[in-house]
Amino acid sequence: MTSLASILVLPFLAAIGLAFVPRNYRFVMRLVTLATTLLVALLAVTLFWRFNADDAGYQFVTTIPFLGAGSLGIQCKLGVDGINVGLILMGALVAFAAACVSWEIESREKEFYILLLVMTGGILGAFASLDLFFFYFFHELALVPTFIMIGVWGRGERKNYATFQITLYLSLGALIALIGLIALYLQLPDGLRTFDIREITGYFKDKPMAQSAQHFIFPLLMFGFGILVSLWPFHTWAPLGYGSAPTATAMLHAGVLKKFGLYGLIRVALPLMPYGARSWLNVLALLCLGNILYCGFVAMRQKDLNLLVGNSSVAHMGFVFLGIASLNLIGVTGAVVVMIAHGLLVALTFGLSGYLHQQTKTLDMVQLGGLLQRLPFVGAAMVMAMLAGCGLPGFANFVGEVMVFFGAWSQPSLRVIMVPAVWGGLIIGAVYMLRAVRNILHGPVAERCEIMTDANPWRKVPFVLLLTALILFGFFPKLLTEKIRPSAALIVNMATGGDQKSPGAPQSSPALAQTATSDMAK
Amino acid sequence: MNYSLTILETSVIALGLALLLLDLWTPAGQKRQLGYGAAAALGLIFAFSFTSFVDPGAPATAFNGMFVQDGLSLFFKRFFLIATIIVLILSVEFADHFPAGISEYYALLLFALSGMMFAASANDFSLLFVSVELITVTFYVLTSFQRTRLASLEAGVKYLILGALSSAFLVFGIALVWGTTGSFNFAEIANSSSRETGAVFKLGLLLVLVGLGFKIAAFPMQLWAPDVYQGSPTPTTAFLAVGSKAAGFVLLLRVLFSAVPDVTAHWTELLILISAVTILYGNLCAIPQRNLKRLLGYSSIANAGYMLLGVASLTHAGQSAVLYYLAGYLFTVLAAFMVICLVTRQAGNEDISALAGLNQRSPLLAATMTLAMVSLAGIPPMAGFFGKFLLLKAAVEQGASNSAYYWLAGAAIIGVVISLYYYFGVVRAIYWSQDTTDLPAIQISAPIKAVLVACIGGMFYLGLYPGPALDSTTQAVATLKAPNATASAVNGASVVRK
Repeated sequence: MTSLASILVLPFLAAIGLAFVPRNYRFVMRLVTLATTLLVALLAVTLFWRFNADDAGYQFVTTIPFLGAGSLGIQCKLGVDGINVGLILMGALVAFAAACVSWEIESREKEFYILLLVMTGGILGAFASLDLFFFYFFHELALVPTFIMIGVWGRGERKNYATFQITLYLSLGALIALIGLIALYLQLPDGLRTFDIREITGYFKDKPMAQSAQHFIFPLLMFGFGILVSLWPFHTWAPLGYGSAPTATAMLHAGVLKKFGLYGLIRVALPLMPYGARSWLNVLALLCLGNILYCGFVAMRQKDLNLLVGNSSVAHMGFVFLGIASLNLIGVTGAVVVMIAHGLLVALTFGLSGYLHQQTKTLDMVQLGGLLQRLPFVGAAMVMAMLAGCGLPGFANFVGEVMVFFGAWSQPSLRVIMVPAVWGGLIIGAVYMLRAVRNILHGPVAERCEIMTDANPWRKVPFVLLLTALILFGFFPKLLTEKIRPSAALIVNMATGGDQKSPGAPQSSPALAQTATSDMAK
Repeated sequence: MNYSLTILETSVIALGLALLLLDLWTPAGQKRQLGYGAAAALGLIFAFSFTSFVDPGAPATAFNGMFVQDGLSLFFKRFFLIATIIVLILSVEFADHFPAGISEYYALLLFALSGMMFAASANDFSLLFVSVELITVTFYVLTSFQRTRLASLEAGVKYLILGALSSAFLVFGIALVWGTTGSFNFAEIANSSSRETGAVFKLGLLLVLVGLGFKIAAFPMQLWAPDVYQGSPTPTTAFLAVGSKAAGFVLLLRVLFSAVPDVTAHWTELLILISAVTILYGNLCAIPQRNLKRLLGYSSIANAGYMLLGVASLTHAGQSAVLYYLAGYLFTVLAAFMVICLVTRQAGNEDISALAGLNQRSPLLAATMTLAMVSLAGIPPMAGFFGKFLLLKAAVEQGASNSAYYWLAGAAIIGVVISLYYYFGVVRAIYWSQDTTDLPAIQISAPIKAVLVACIGGMFYLGLYPGPALDSTTQAVATLKAPNATASAVNGASVVRK
């Protein structure tokens, strides 16, 4: 079995294995989960390392036999290109970190670890699938554990409401996207119908889809996937859902699973429907302003740390939408970098806030204070995470956001939007992040925080891992961009009908971003 | 004339009669074990149905074309056999609720099964009516079998009155069809219906649809379902939900696509409307339900709506999707009813709260119920997801020719999202509740355990590895006509030629 297939299959095998472990063997369950996710993360790192950046096509293509229905053109095919190789790496790292922080779960561990593993497998499968059916299938498979985990192990008084809200919103989004995917499949002539992304892309490259069909399918995918990514005004499930979720679930969903919708837009909607994209991306650009500005303002008013992080993560999604809407090489590449960086960052933030909640049983920022004195390590990590969220150079987020801005600037119709977006992203983000830092980390030690203790070396592992990845990609963004660029170029060329102007300019821009980063670092 | 084609039906009836005779010599304490014997015998009949003696390969008819044995009828006969085997094992478990006459209960199940098997082969309005009556009349008794329990009697009376009414519609409709065409036979009517387009003929067909709509619990003939589901003994409810509904669907498919495909082609909007309203009605009414069986009653209305979506698409893809969905529905619903039966046996009430703490009392039952709800909600990797996927695909496929299909797909999506709310309500009741330690563990007998595992296996198999089952459903519907298929096939062919 190839390493890509093992990445996907191992978590499911471990989940089945755990079902036979007796209920009171808590240590064994944790060990199996940690070992599996660690192995998956190591495999993902080697996959990322072995990935050949010069090849724009799919690599490590594997078929998992027996799954699917050949007569409908459904086959479980896996493969990576520049777009998803980084996402799989990020997903595997976050999954390992999520398994690490699950020590806070103290009831029904068996069910929790099984669901966590199923969710991990589903997430990695969704990003690795080359078949649109399984692409959807694995995403939906990962959603069910999310709902159950929030419902059973969630916290807060509004847990039930949050569970149902997130369930209904995400299912609605997924089903709308499913109709879009089915309609897309039916655009192929009878006899050639397949769910294989490579074949579909190849077919529509030669024979573009009818314009009327594009205008009808693109919005289905855009809003369906958009709801999954908390596109304004369909974002209300996100802050509340993450606020109520157990730490590991919030990390995995906000960090990785949510990126599925963005990945779907880039992978499916843009290249196959250039006409639809041209007419609908302006709408997307307007709505993403809602994400950046509206949700930024909402985040400023939050008293609860998790609600603040949840709202700010919705706001950050606006940058990715902006990068997609810019529809040029640097913008789309930047969007993918933001996806990876934000996944690492939000997992780190939720992991840290989960640590605080575990110790104090509250995340109310009024009741927290002076944490840097009590918790030098966790506090310092929190400061770094908050500053990375503001877009401080040196972290991967800065690279992605800068590239998105360059991308949006070079699209004349977006320039009007870009200025307030920058303003919103930088000023509003800085205001609420710095205020949160001041409230909970500086100042006198609050009464509730007297008893807190800093993380022991074991507990530090997930935080160190995520911070390292953020800083590594922040200082050496080339590791990501050189892999993303060839694949993104293919997609952008299809989306713009090959009329991408001056191929020299987009190539120099990532380099520019990179020099800017390293200058700042110096 | 080929009487040997009815060998499956004859052997089921013979088995029922033998059971009644055996009852005379069986000691009272061992009578419930007869159910296992009957289930084993049905298993043999099921295996026998795969021999070339039963399966002629090509469609064959008997009794002057009244009775047809083709892929569709064999698919449904195997379906009914599996359903009855599971229901028989379930009723052995349920036997202590019956004051007396457990062997008669088994025999009645077998007679209803023979009616369903005849329905699967009906190629003629007279056989259609006889088989529908055979099913319905046995169910009058089966629903009111707990004769000391008022709710059961009430369910029986309600089913009797509404069933008699729908039979009246059915027989009146058949009379009108016979009056205008002079024939009962589907093949002959198919020939004459292309000429015959009079209002009386169509009214007759409409009344036949009303009668069949009662069997599948489609709007506007769905009123009986929740009450009867709630009141009947649980094995009867399970059989009603799976067997009786599937029998309605096979007859509906035969009438619409074998007898009158030309008329059906003009009724697209009507079928779309019925399907959409049934989906929304079932799902919306299920939201406030607290009684598990009543909840599943409304959910079965909604599921009838989803399956009508495949019927309304008027294509082979849609028909085969209906069959596929039914196959998944069989395992899912029977698993759910089995859990309900075991859980409510001690509790006495059928409220959702009876499921609280089930994961501690019996992890297997909790897992089965959760998987069944997940499958009903249409979430991968379960059978329900692939079934709904096929149905939606069939509807969206026709959207290019008639945009009403897009609205239907939209209604189905809204229905699915609503249904998630109440299906997850059930899952929530199992796991969300506070830890309780005072509840006794639930003992599960070995046959029940085997059936539960088989149902879980079936749900996963149809959800993960749909290829072989999909091929067999596609073959099964090959003998039906598909009014919309010709156009799309021609289009597809022309594109390929380009």
